[in-house]
Amino acid sequence: MASEIQDVGATEIKTRIEAGIPGCRATVTGDGHHFQAVVEGPMFGGISRVAQHKLVYDVFGDELGDRIHALALKTKATEDD
Amino acid sequence: MSDELNRETAVAAADETTAADVPTTTLHEAIQSAIDENEVILFMKGVPDAPACGFSARAVSVLEHVGKPFAAVNILPDPRIRQELSAISGWPTIPQLFVNGELVGGADIIAEMYEDGEIYDTLGVERPAQAAAVETGSEPQPLKIENLLS
Repeated sequence: MASEIQDVGATEIKTRIEAGIPGCRATVTGDGHHFQAVVEGPMFGGISRVAQHKLVYDVFGDELGDRIHALALKTKATEDD
Repeated sequence: MSDELNRETAVAAADETTAADVPTTTLHEAIQSAIDENEVILFMKGVPDAPACGFSARAVSVLEHVGKPFAAVNILPDPRIRQELSAISGWPTIPQLFVNGELVGGADIIAEMYEDGEIYDTLGVERPAQAAAVETGSEPQPLKIENLLS
């Protein structure tokens, strides 16, 4: 699908997740439309998976499914330190 | 119109009407009652026999593998189905799985819950003998996006 929309970089995704969820660490790979992200942080402890993923989705809002076609997500709770 | 849209208990809000004239509030209510009235309901792209997206296909295959009957709604016929659904669930992407009226998650969560066997409990299905003893300690495989694209 050719489009005038500018491709998104994996680095941009990583930077935005880490800025949007202070204290987390994100590892992101992707091809400009489809991304895989692993996000770790203490904020994921004690909340449901749905709530964990929502924290990350909320960083992107409407861009998900649109500018960012797909974001495969894994969240991990880490010990607070 | 097309019969394949009406598979199983498919409660598709856009089932009988071509949706053009359905007021958004009605659509909202139809989606909400579909969620309330079906123990297990999957909102997906396409239909279970012909998913139109790899993520939806993956969710269907988990549910079929677990062997839990589910209602399926194809969100593709009208973009407002997805809009209203996301407004209800607060979840931006498709698929979305609801069990007993609650959002369980999207494709990644369904896959993770399948890997660790939790999905059986959520769906109220007894775990198969070997699934109860899943290889503990082994790291889950990274998600491979190539496998998701059809």
